[in-house]
Amino acid sequence: MKSRIIALMAGLTFGLGLMLSGMANPEKVLGFLDLAGAWDPSLALVMIGAITVGLPAFQLVKGRSRSLLKEPLQLPTSADIDRPLIIGGLLFGVGWGLAGFCPGPAIVATGAGQEKALVFTLAMLTGMGIFQFGARKTVAAQS
Amino acid sequence: MTIDWTAFTPTTAFAGGALIGLASALLLLFNGRIAGISGIIGGLLERGTGIGWRLAFIAGILIAPLSWQLFSALPPIKIDAGYSTLIVAGLLVGFGTRYGSGCTSGHGVCGLSRLSLRSLVATLVFMGAGFATVYVLRHLLAA
Repeated sequence: MKSRIIALMAGLTFGLGLMLSGMANPEKVLGFLDLAGAWDPSLALVMIGAITVGLPAFQLVKGRSRSLLKEPLQLPTSADIDRPLIIGGLLFGVGWGLAGFCPGPAIVATGAGQEKALVFTLAMLTGMGIFQFGARKTVAAQS
Repeated sequence: MTIDWTAFTPTTAFAGGALIGLASALLLLFNGRIAGISGIIGGLLERGTGIGWRLAFIAGILIAPLSWQLFSALPPIKIDAGYSTLIVAGLLVGFGTRYGSGCTSGHGVCGLSRLSLRSLVATLVFMGAGFATVYVLRHLLAA
């Protein structure tokens, strides 16, 4: 139960951060991605702000195996720079550049009642579902 | 490159980023989990473990605009993309983030905060693809 309350508070903080920073506004995001146009560097500062707080937190948990709520620390184990990482990143980047939405902001904008954000989010969930269907088939074919 | 100083919002961008970092730190320190939005949603679609905290986190993001409205008017959200573009973009973002194991939050914020080379490469790839896509759309095709 405690972990759910923390997750709710973290999600709320995350969403408020996206709104305050301007990340929830595709026009602002595309202004950042448009290097050759009238460039708006704001989103670089979003990243710097997030890492300024995030980095010490990740240093704190180094070498630990349990969280403050005694949950197991589940950090990514893969260090591979492989084809899925590159191709997935390319596909994601193209989609991000087309609409100005990445996953978090699409959910915030949906919560703000934006119909177009809902359409994007439903398509995004479909894309994730297609990935999963493919991944399951691959596993089945290998076993 | 010309910088659009009128659109540049360094203070709110940094402060919003810090909130995003704080949210990631909360989820990490208390729950031992990475605040990667695509991974959190992916885990829901897989119907695996941790459905409760995942739903709570997404619910937190969804209610962020409502909570914001208790104190202030919503910030602007301007979505220029048409419906067909939004659908294509959503499919690409959904599939790409799962195939590449992360998005702006998981690879960008959390990955860079824990100094992961794999996440740095992923972030450079999707940002590069985003820059390239906007360049093609706004400066090659529109010209």
